[in-house]
Amino acid sequence: MGHPELAEKFIANNERMHWHDKALWFVREKRDLAAHGLNEWESLREVAKQIKTHTIDKLDFYLEEFEKNAKEKGLHVHWAKDAKEHNEIVLKLLLNRGSKKLVKSKSMLTEECHLNPYLEENGIEVIDTDLGERIVQLRNEAPSHIVLPAIHLKKEEVGKTFEKFLKTEKDNCDPTYLTRAARVHLREKFLNADASLTGVNFGIAETGGVVVCTNEGNADLGSSLPKLHIASMGIEKIIPRLKDLSIFTRLLARSATGQPITSYTSHFHAPVEGGELHIIIVDNGRSDIIANDDFKQSLHCIRCGACINTCPVYRRSGGHSYGYTIPGPIGSTLGASKDLRTNKTLPFACTLCASCSNVCPSKINIHNQLYKHRQSVVSAGLLGAKKHTILKVATWVMKHPALLDFGGKMARKIVPKLPRSILYSKVNVWGKKRELPKFPKNSFKELYKQREEKK
Amino acid sequence: MSSRETILNNIKKNVPSSTIDLPETNIPHTIYENKDEKFTTSLASVGGNAVWLKDESIDEFVAKNYKDFEVIVSTCKDYTCSTKEANKPNTPHPLENVDLAVITAEFAVAENGAVWVKNPDNRHRALYFLATQLLIIIPKENIVDTMHEAYERIEFDKSGYGTFISGPSKTADIEQSLVIGAHGPTDACVLFV
Amino acid sequence: MRIGLFIPCFMNELYPEASMATLKVLENLGLHVEYPTNQTCCGQPMANTGCAHEAGELAKRFLKIFKDYDYVVAPSGSCVAMVRENYAQFLEGEDGFEHLKTHTYELVEFLHDVIKPTNMNASFPHKVGIHNSCHGHRELGMASMSERNLPAFSKIEKILGLVDNIEFVTLKRNDECCGFGGTFCVSEDAMSAAMGIDRINDHLSAGAEVMTGIDMSCLMHMQGIIDRDKLPIKTLHIAQILAGES
Repeated sequence: MGHPELAEKFIANNERMHWHDKALWFVREKRDLAAHGLNEWESLREVAKQIKTHTIDKLDFYLEEFEKNAKEKGLHVHWAKDAKEHNEIVLKLLLNRGSKKLVKSKSMLTEECHLNPYLEENGIEVIDTDLGERIVQLRNEAPSHIVLPAIHLKKEEVGKTFEKFLKTEKDNCDPTYLTRAARVHLREKFLNADASLTGVNFGIAETGGVVVCTNEGNADLGSSLPKLHIASMGIEKIIPRLKDLSIFTRLLARSATGQPITSYTSHFHAPVEGGELHIIIVDNGRSDIIANDDFKQSLHCIRCGACINTCPVYRRSGGHSYGYTIPGPIGSTLGASKDLRTNKTLPFACTLCASCSNVCPSKINIHNQLYKHRQSVVSAGLLGAKKHTILKVATWVMKHPALLDFGGKMARKIVPKLPRSILYSKVNVWGKKRELPKFPKNSFKELYKQREEKK
Repeated sequence: MSSRETILNNIKKNVPSSTIDLPETNIPHTIYENKDEKFTTSLASVGGNAVWLKDESIDEFVAKNYKDFEVIVSTCKDYTCSTKEANKPNTPHPLENVDLAVITAEFAVAENGAVWVKNPDNRHRALYFLATQLLIIIPKENIVDTMHEAYERIEFDKSGYGTFISGPSKTADIEQSLVIGAHGPTDACVLFV
Repeated sequence: MRIGLFIPCFMNELYPEASMATLKVLENLGLHVEYPTNQTCCGQPMANTGCAHEAGELAKRFLKIFKDYDYVVAPSGSCVAMVRENYAQFLEGEDGFEHLKTHTYELVEFLHDVIKPTNMNASFPHKVGIHNSCHGHRELGMASMSERNLPAFSKIEKILGLVDNIEFVTLKRNDECCGFGGTFCVSEDAMSAAMGIDRINDHLSAGAEVMTGIDMSCLMHMQGIIDRDKLPIKTLHIAQILAGES
């Protein structure tokens, strides 16, 4: 099923659709307050864009610099060309240390690599420790948002899930109560874990360290208790200098939730005492995107989710309607770059309203990318023969004005006389929820010509 | 070919020669007339609170404000009433029951209520997250406007771990309802001395 | 000054009144306007569906017809955005393209930026909500966007403000998309309608009697919903208000 069908299902529950839309709009409004509260907001975005553009253009250099500096600090660096290799490296690191219990903090990269099922098949207990991620993990669902993984769920649903798995009180769905229950449940998991895995928000080439941002403190708690810390990082997370963080830390949380900064912005340049810190640098299709000028800016993404919150389509269709790891505008372009055939409806799940590009803290031209991906869909023959033929015929007519005039004239004569049953038959998709415009007697051109003749 | 080479070669093949230099990061930015006041409101907005110590010692402050706290550990030399030694255990796990951690931070950031915590003498970074409550001690002159000034004060030549802490841990993952106290501390007080 | 009038293909066929109002607004200001009658479509529907080849053919046709005018004016933000933002892919380097690109204006934008009228000789004693159509809003920059931290302005409100007795309502979401989106309105018809209803409801709760805007396509979509659901509001192209019609 493509996006239109999945979106239609979500929309069918009008109350829930509006509840979802309002929740996301609320986040967007908080972001606006934060963004409008800083005079230098637009300059920060511009500088962020310049840093990212520069870095992606010299990514090979900065990756090597990162590796060199990380190794000098005693960190271990691994390279994974794809998801499979990434997962194998993680498993090997765990097995080498005899680790069986892994606590994970949020990492969209490991979602992209489908790490959890792979590790579970190999006998590892994997616990997602971000509250939202834990909720969806218990429900055996995918996150529906990159920052707010359980935004599609109502507190009653979370309550039911916790009732079943954490033995919380029946029908108690108070968010504070449920969060406390999760705290107790996960504290035990943290203390008993023998390995941790985190994502990476930024990898600093200059210092060879990684930065992880969370509000819950789960990445820090997880990585500071067991001896083994694995950090999975996409190649595009590299920034050249430590001070570049002054730009990105000012943009990230404000764009994400409207907070001035995340509760924790942690810089890892060493393992815990007697421990090991392993950084896995993952490509998984990213280096191919660099080749394409139309889409390379998608690698500037800092995963704040602002484009998702602002997207009028996402707000009304939910994250699961996209069927790709990262939903919403940025996910639609990344998904189309990764696998056009599977994600062919995503570039069209968009009205090209351009709110995403203007909300983006690193000024990614997201809507232009979705526009361009549509051309890739057509070139690959994935548009659908019927749609393509209609547009080809329409173009042919548009090249013959006399024919268009004649067709228009006939339509204005015939359509008003047609009975509703025919006019609003199944073929008329427009007419499912909308009336057709009232057909006038004359076209503008006819009126214009009459007027010119009278002159 | 190793994956490392495969990835780097693929990037090298694709990347055009760069035309954009790295920009200056210290752009013209907001300066706060009253940094203390801004820090206080920023920290309050993220669920924390700031206090300026007056005519009393840290010991007295803790005794007064954290009355029934059983397990108190400290990484701050000026606090002398710890009930447990933070660096004593060989793993951080025994710190699990800490009620209050009195810790030091290098400086505070007015724009976002964050403080920079990087203490090479503290053995277990887990302390900052295991403790139920945090009391963070900072010299009162160490307060900067924004992250631009903050990153000028940071380096990683010696100690390997540092974190900006902005208020207590929190989450809004259930229906966007803000709950203070997720996995880490449920309360964070910044004490300027 | 030779002005070439571009009327979007569907407006020509379905909205002769709004099209004629556009002509009238310009002529009332003493401008000489020509309407080349061999014009058809700018190619936007094809381009937005990814049919680059077809869009390119129509772009070339558009250039041929309009390149010799001093200005091209159209009562549609999205068609103008097509010329300005998306034609380059098909026409870069072609004779006359640079001129066409920089001299094609949406009607209100043309009035605001080039003609700068101080009076419209029109009255519209109604409560009006402005629907900021996305392409005009974010591609052409007709007004400040809620996403950006830049000084607030609205070319639309400024020009409409020249009409006597008009009253503007304040919307909850100033620049939310209405869900028309070109072929999106049929390829994602459920989503399109849902967005349209929400957009209309924002205007209704703000007390608007009339929704206006610079893009007839958005208005056509929402009028379709208004007619189906029999809602107490109507849409009117901005040219009709500026021309003193109601």
